Amino acid sequence: MSEQLQVPPAEFQSYYGKPILKVTRWKEPHLPAYLFLGELSGALGMVGAVAHATGRRSLARAARLAALASAAGGGAFLTAELGRPERFLNMLRVAKPTSPMSMGSWILASHSGLAGAAAASEVTGLLPGLGAAAGAASAVTGSLLATYPAVLLGNTAVPAWHSAYRELPVLFAGGAMTAAGAAGLAASVLHADRRDFGAAYRLAMLGAGVESLAGYVLETRPGLDREPYRTGAGGQMLVKARYLTLSGGVVALAARRSRVAAALSAGLLTAGGIAAKVAVLRAGKESAADPKYVVASQRPDHAGR
Amino acid sequence: MTSNRLSGPLADVSGDAGYADHPQRVGFFTDTSVCIGCKACEVACKEWNGLPDPHADVLELTGMSYDNTGALGSDSWRHVAFIEQAKPLIDAGDDGGGTRWLMASDVCKHCTHAACLDVCPTGALVRTEFGTVIVQPDVCNGCAYCVSACPYGVIDRREDDGRAWKCTMCYDRLRGGLEPACAKACPTDSIQFGPLDELREIAQGRLADLHAGGETGARLYGADPEDGIGGAGAFFLLLDEPEVYGLPPDPVVTTRDLPREWGWAGAAAGMLLAGIAVAFAGRKS
Repeated sequence: MSEQLQVPPAEFQSYYGKPILKVTRWKEPHLPAYLFLGELSGALGMVGAVAHATGRRSLARAARLAALASAAGGGAFLTAELGRPERFLNMLRVAKPTSPMSMGSWILASHSGLAGAAAASEVTGLLPGLGAAAGAASAVTGSLLATYPAVLLGNTAVPAWHSAYRELPVLFAGGAMTAAGAAGLAASVLHADRRDFGAAYRLAMLGAGVESLAGYVLETRPGLDREPYRTGAGGQMLVKARYLTLSGGVVALAARRSRVAAALSAGLLTAGGIAAKVAVLRAGKESAADPKYVVASQRPDHAGR
Repeated sequence: MTSNRLSGPLADVSGDAGYADHPQRVGFFTDTSVCIGCKACEVACKEWNGLPDPHADVLELTGMSYDNTGALGSDSWRHVAFIEQAKPLIDAGDDGGGTRWLMASDVCKHCTHAACLDVCPTGALVRTEFGTVIVQPDVCNGCAYCVSACPYGVIDRREDDGRAWKCTMCYDRLRGGLEPACAKACPTDSIQFGPLDELREIAQGRLADLHAGGETGARLYGADPEDGIGGAGAFFLLLDEPEVYGLPPDPVVTTRDLPREWGWAGAAAGMLLAGIAVAFAGRKS
């Protein structure tokens, strides 16, 4: 009898259980790869600029080259995801403030240009003043490149994404720190003198903390629209992401003394960052595929809890 | 006017889009209470617009009553839903049983605040002079942002073609002074086409008649300019909750929250820069 005192689980009507929304056409590995490479390149802009300004020459060089490479790689994944890749340049046909993807295309284009200029100056030794200015400017474009995807995903009808527009930017900013720290850790393995890379170790640990905390908040905030971050393919991947990221952050503590630890930490943190992006995509797909999430988010009386 | 740009009522949707001189806003009023499920609208739409049938070689039976179309999509711009309910019909005189059969022809809502149009990064999606929303196929690059932005799950990408497609409200026919093919073909006038203001008045009258006749479940869906999308250009008279028909109960244009979303992203960008600065603040080691 006592179970009758419980509030009965909310019941939702639907049309044969069919989705109300279209499940996103964005897919793996393209979208997670783009998100990861974008935040990596974004944070490396600032890392390169500060490393250059503080005389950490080998870190600055590694950051500038990796910033260009990851921006180019991210752009390639973005283009490959289009239904008509040959029309990629149509993205730059207009500048549209209501479209985060339009804004993001301009951010990516300017960031790639600046990162390219800084990297070219680094490699050739030509125009070091302009290279430094481009590198400094890429810190600003990079910070936006790393976080705008949260607006891109938040500004959709997908319940798990739209309801997370507060947490996703923090998840991606933390992920950007982690990814750039991991890149620094990986680069340090290749250098005989690793004193320049201490800042990258600290950044990796800081990022691992922020990223894991944001993922935790994303998952534990109450509401049915957060269920896809707790259960199913998205929830499982988010937990894996947290284990990878936190263990990578812990291993980074030993990076100063051990090249093996530095390489291992870089690998764990990178895997964790990519897994977090996969988790967000999968949670979004799940929340669009089940009509109950749409109905619950639009009928507060049904949402419960 | 400016404060209403992202959401809320908008009196002159074409004027807001930049048309100085334009015809009246037109739309559909789909009165599902007189739909007989003949699917003439689906057929007329496919015929007029030359829509492909990806399942032409296979007879797919969904098991969803008489609905073998399934949903709106890139190749189906009208979709007739069939819902069988174990509910007595009014005036049927038998309270103990009976089956109520709901039928409804769904279509793109041509929202006042259309999320698909807002988020399109290429300008492929545009507002027409009639107040409707169309995709320009020669511009669309298939980014699929509109697919995730539409709160009704209407627009979709055609995978063999790579571009997004949806109802145009027969833009070519409107330009030629004709009514859209689905409305023309509808034998019961369940699909009515005309100036949106007039349709809203007709719908209010029909709703009052149904309520007076005891059909208390009747309601208008998408007719209110104060709703989350600023009112639909294609609205409906339904006999049950919207979700029963596969429609979202109270959709909101996602762009309404865009300024707040950018605010959080900007703050996070600042946090990222501050975090990197902190990491570099220590001594070089």
